[in-house]
Amino acid sequence: MVEMNGSQALWESLMKEGAKNVFGLPGGSVIPLCDEMLKQDIRFILARHEQGAAHMADGYARASGEVGVCLATSGPGATNLITGIASANIDSSPVVALCGQVARELIGTDAFQEVDIIGVSASVTKYNIQTRSAAEIPYAVKTAFQIANTGRKGAVLIDLPKDVTTEIMDVKFPENIVFRGYHPVYQPDRREIEWAATLLARADKPVIIAGGGIISSGASQELVSLSEYLMAPTAITLMGKGAFPADHPLSLGLCGMHGTCAANTMVSEADVLLIIGARLTDRTTGSVKTFAPNAKIIHIDIDRSEIDKNIDTVTRVIGDAKISLQKILHHLSILRSSTATNDVWRKKCQELREVNGVSKTNGDYLKAPEVVKTLRKALARDSIVTTEVGQCQMWAALHYDAYLPRTFLTSGGLGTMGWGFPAAIGAKAAKPNVTVVDIAGDGSFGMTENNLATSVKEDLPVIVMILNNNMLGMVAQWQRLFFGHRYSAVELKKTPDFVKLAQAYGAEGVRVESYQELEAAIRRAIKSEIATVIDVPIDPEENVLPIVPPGMGLKDALMEA
Amino acid sequence: MSKDNIIAFLVEDKPGVLFNISNMFRRRGFNINSISVGNAEDTGISRMTITIDAEGRSLNQVVEQLDKMVDVIEVKRLDKLRTVIRELMLVKLRTIDPMAREEALGYINSNHGLILDIEPESIIAEVTGEPEKLDNFLEQVKSIGIVEMSRTGITALEKGQLKLKRSELNG
Ligand SMILES: Cc1ncc(C[n+]2csc(CCOP(=O)(O)OP(=O)(O)O)c2C)c(N)n1
Repeated sequence: MVEMNGSQALWESLMKEGAKNVFGLPGGSVIPLCDEMLKQDIRFILARHEQGAAHMADGYARASGEVGVCLATSGPGATNLITGIASANIDSSPVVALCGQVARELIGTDAFQEVDIIGVSASVTKYNIQTRSAAEIPYAVKTAFQIANTGRKGAVLIDLPKDVTTEIMDVKFPENIVFRGYHPVYQPDRREIEWAATLLARADKPVIIAGGGIISSGASQELVSLSEYLMAPTAITLMGKGAFPADHPLSLGLCGMHGTCAANTMVSEADVLLIIGARLTDRTTGSVKTFAPNAKIIHIDIDRSEIDKNIDTVTRVIGDAKISLQKILHHLSILRSSTATNDVWRKKCQELREVNGVSKTNGDYLKAPEVVKTLRKALARDSIVTTEVGQCQMWAALHYDAYLPRTFLTSGGLGTMGWGFPAAIGAKAAKPNVTVVDIAGDGSFGMTENNLATSVKEDLPVIVMILNNNMLGMVAQWQRLFFGHRYSAVELKKTPDFVKLAQAYGAEGVRVESYQELEAAIRRAIKSEIATVIDVPIDPEENVLPIVPPGMGLKDALMEA
Repeated sequence: MSKDNIIAFLVEDKPGVLFNISNMFRRRGFNINSISVGNAEDTGISRMTITIDAEGRSLNQVVEQLDKMVDVIEVKRLDKLRTVIRELMLVKLRTIDPMAREEALGYINSNHGLILDIEPESIIAEVTGEPEKLDNFLEQVKSIGIVEMSRTGITALEKGQLKLKRSELNG
């Protein structure tokens, strides 16, 4: 027991959890916390909007595998965090959000800047806690980190009434918290492993779909071993990008609505489909009626509630992806199944990999896929890419080759425009020596561009490459393809001038008109000590292809439009 | 009711837990027919019993989504054949007419009900039993005139060795 105030208890607890950075923006209810922070060895990164702070914490978490921490004041500060918290939670990213709150005696009175953030955040967090005394703070922090970063990871919010942060009490720091109702399962059941291995050993046309669970559990190596052992072509979900090296001969690329021809065809024709650490949303499966119609489906996930939620499986494995894959590999070696050699199947994989979607384009604009490939060539293998949302995101997913886990970060479940730039800043804080690039759309970047101030002033230089089509491009694409080419509320009319905008913040801004200029600009930006915005004008009418029209199956993709 | 499935679960007895559970039901579109809450045998733990008109995948989802919640300690779908099920109901009947009163008392007695209050114009009866029994009773007294009523929703315990809480629970 040590006597201290609640704020001190908070910072000490955070440091015991290994937190090194906090992203946030203060206000009345957290002034005591910020004051106490001056004495602590922790880096506070000042965002210019709390949504940005939450995305930074999320980007930090995804790049590092550690918990990201963000902080906001009560009321509007806390509600501004919500989009960021929801984006992190649905993508199983471990984030702890600290929110100020009005003093205990004012709670429930509609006091100034009081919002019931526990109620508001309930549906978009894995857990949330309101501390009712200073002595509860170390327990709350320990609980938050434990829950955020175990099992299926997620976001946890702590609500901190102002007088709790100033109250002086005897405080104890718990080593570990035992929950009566929370026991993540890591070790898979032996029978489930055996059954899964047996089905895989018998497969003639096996395919694997790898999701974000591979990255979260650090199972990429095991995934590659299993793919090679079975000679199973391997697709990824959007969240799984980086889980399987894109230049591996068995790599099929992205599966789903904007999936590659190779991934969607092979998944549709598989006789055994192994899905690892993926939620199988509508964006991955297309119409569930025609999803992998001939396949026996095996689903490995740490979250039991995901099994049979959207797609019926033949067998399941509940547990950690890495441990499960190790055990399946071990069991396969006992079965001594002759390593599969369906040459026709693998040849098909090779052939389909050459098939790409083709968009009509006007004039001599740079082509988005080529722009993305130019970026890839200029970057190192371990560089980190984040994305905004829309066509830019899908071009990145289709054409940016990611080789390593935690090098391709994107808002998958929520598709939050404005996520990529602050997430890039968070990733840079986690990996200061790695180049970090946000592949952006002009619409998305506009949503959180004010974080240029953070990037410049906090010395977290990242690169923003805008695929500037002057449009809310993805919406415009749907209007072209599915709404008789009628544009409604999508034209951005060349505002703002992103070069001048960057310069106004003290960042570099450059517009490029050719692939050579682009490559040169990227190379300069990599060396630059300040954030760089590279504005790349592209055709407003360029489509991202393939696309599976809404409600259709994976085999019904449009390849040209 | 007879089609309904019964799920019983233990939860941490702390503020906000009931909100979180009903919020989850709402968010996922689960349609709960009845819900009852009270203390369980251990301090700090509440026991909830719900009935739900769902089967197959969606029933499974209710169980899994509950199980996933941090403050839910144990969840189980109860097998009706091996479970004792009870519901309590209070009914206020209009009994100004002496004949009606006579008739009401007869139904209450034959259902092993209790009379909790007698006023010149009405009586309050308590009837306990399986929900079907309460439904039947209501059918019987309908013509007498129901002023108001309140049902608790069912509560249930498994028979014999069966138990909701696994003994090896830590903490
Ligand atoms: C916060 C938010 N608002 C709206 C949407 C809907 N939406 C999805 S993509 C898109 C267009 C994005 O435009 P831009 O960032 O310019 O990217 P592009 O599609 O042109 O590459 C919109 C509006 C969203 N995903 N997120």
